[in-house]
Amino acid sequence: MKFTDGFIEVDGCRTHLRRGGSGQPLLYLHGASGAPAIMPFMEQLAARFDVLVPEHPGYGLSDEPEWLENIHDAAYFYLDFLKRLNLQKAVLVGSSMGGWMALEMAVRDTSRIKSLVLVGPAGISAPGVRPADIFLMPPEEVIRSLFDDPRLAEQRLAEPATPESLDIALKNRHTTARLAWEPRLHDPFLPKWLHRIDVPVKIIWGAEDRILPVAFTKEFSRLMPKAEIHIIAGCGHLPQLEKPDAFCEIVCR
Amino acid sequence: MQIILFHLMPYADLDLEAGRKNGTVWVRLPNRHFDPEKGHRLYNRYLDELEHAERLGFDAVSVNEHHQTAYGLMPSPIVTASALARRTQRVRIAILGSALPLREHPLMVAEEHAMIDVISGGRLISGFVRGIGAEYHTFGVNPTFSHERFHEAHDLIVRAWTEPGPFPFQGKHYNVQYVNLWPRPYQKPHPPIWIPSQGSKETIDWASHPDRRYTYLQTFSPARVVQRYLKLYRDTCSGYGYEAQDSQLGWAVPVYVANTDEEARREAKPHFEAFRNVFVKMPLEMLLPPGYTSRESLKNVMKAKAQMFGDVTIDQAVELGLFVCGSGKTVLKAFEGYWNDMRFGNLLVLCQFGTLPAELTRKNMEFFAREVMPRLKPL
Repeated sequence: MKFTDGFIEVDGCRTHLRRGGSGQPLLYLHGASGAPAIMPFMEQLAARFDVLVPEHPGYGLSDEPEWLENIHDAAYFYLDFLKRLNLQKAVLVGSSMGGWMALEMAVRDTSRIKSLVLVGPAGISAPGVRPADIFLMPPEEVIRSLFDDPRLAEQRLAEPATPESLDIALKNRHTTARLAWEPRLHDPFLPKWLHRIDVPVKIIWGAEDRILPVAFTKEFSRLMPKAEIHIIAGCGHLPQLEKPDAFCEIVCR
Repeated sequence: MQIILFHLMPYADLDLEAGRKNGTVWVRLPNRHFDPEKGHRLYNRYLDELEHAERLGFDAVSVNEHHQTAYGLMPSPIVTASALARRTQRVRIAILGSALPLREHPLMVAEEHAMIDVISGGRLISGFVRGIGAEYHTFGVNPTFSHERFHEAHDLIVRAWTEPGPFPFQGKHYNVQYVNLWPRPYQKPHPPIWIPSQGSKETIDWASHPDRRYTYLQTFSPARVVQRYLKLYRDTCSGYGYEAQDSQLGWAVPVYVANTDEEARREAKPHFEAFRNVFVKMPLEMLLPPGYTSRESLKNVMKAKAQMFGDVTIDQAVELGLFVCGSGKTVLKAFEGYWNDMRFGNLLVLCQFGTLPAELTRKNMEFFAREVMPRLKPL
């Protein structure tokens, strides 16, 4: 499946966007480590959907707009993004930080959203559950904690670093801190408004997630009782990379 | 030259092995390693040392702010500076500095500094810092807003000190309907402001600006780095169209003086190496969280990582000018040499470092005050 690769401007932010496939629009919202390449799960989904893979403002090749100061700014940006591309009935698939953005969008406005698929989403706190401190861990340790299968981490670590990839890693880390340093990876006021999400929600979690432990699903079930929860065995924080078939099957189901 | 005794008030009774094993004494060294009874003795010993500095003829004594670490037991320098304000009569009292972005409200800093200035009859030197990277982890403050919180807090404090109140202040981070400081500071227009830094062009551009002309202190850096940044400060002032006074420049450095070079190195060695290789040490992610520095500076640090994060022996430290150590004659000669190269008008000497015990600290202070200080002051 061929993905186009270009830029669009939304809210004054030149935004890197890849797009492929056809059908119902599916907006993929990446997590803290960005979306530097088209991955197999995106190609699989493109067989069924019109898949849009932007890099968030402040990440990858997208601009770093001055207005981007918190997660709410990112949510308003993506609501404008949906409008700018006139996307209707979009499926939002958000991983980790991207899942948090999808939630923040959906409590504000679901008029262009058909459903949410949240993959190990950040966004809330849960009593007694502690996320990993991604800001205090050395980058290699973060990568090792992303996957249950150590070979996947080793593969990722073996990818040669270039000056450009180092710059992007530092840029991504900066934006993640800007949006999620404090309160750490969540918005304490979000739970008040989760009842406003009036579209179907699926939550996918890796049973062995070492970044955001699977125990978060309990709190999500409490806050969003209608959400479907799918826990994938033998899988870490990124089911879309670690178990792409199972992941795509749940998205498409 | 003004000579200032600077104290960090470390937890000198630290179990060094626990500190080493933990990799750092910052952020996550469990606080069960702090014994309040030992802490009680240390605080009082350290305050005695600072008070003794007045009798020895130092021009000023200095305290600072660090949080949740064995490196320094002064989460609030206000507490120690207040104690000193009442127990000293002549020396200036320098707070170097208050970590503005970490404080919930800058008006509190303006008020507390003004109180100490009034109580001490105008002996306060105010210092402002951003706090070090580790403290953004312990305090939860977002490091990507560190600079703008610092600048906005600074503006509010200086306006609160100088403008007739009440007036409203509207900022992005701080909003106050009635700024109306009681007490106003004793000194006119306000206490001198000093800016300690590990070396940053942005800080120098800001501190040296003709509207501010704040004294810039380079802290704990190799002598050639100190020289580079002090020169940059002078050059920046020239660029602004004025010549920097020596009093606008300062250097903070650990010092140890004894009878002979050999005695000095022998006595200082374990305590300096504990300071440098246990108390100071922290991983890169802790030292430089995102946004605390520019990404360019962060990359430079990453390149120099091995050099910055490895252990340093006392001999290497003396060689680098990271530590000035020896007989009175040696130390005097070293400082005269450095002064000839840099012309700093303020020298901050750290006479207690790491685990250096009370008797050696006293001995060091007295040697320095007797054999070195009198010859440096006229410079």
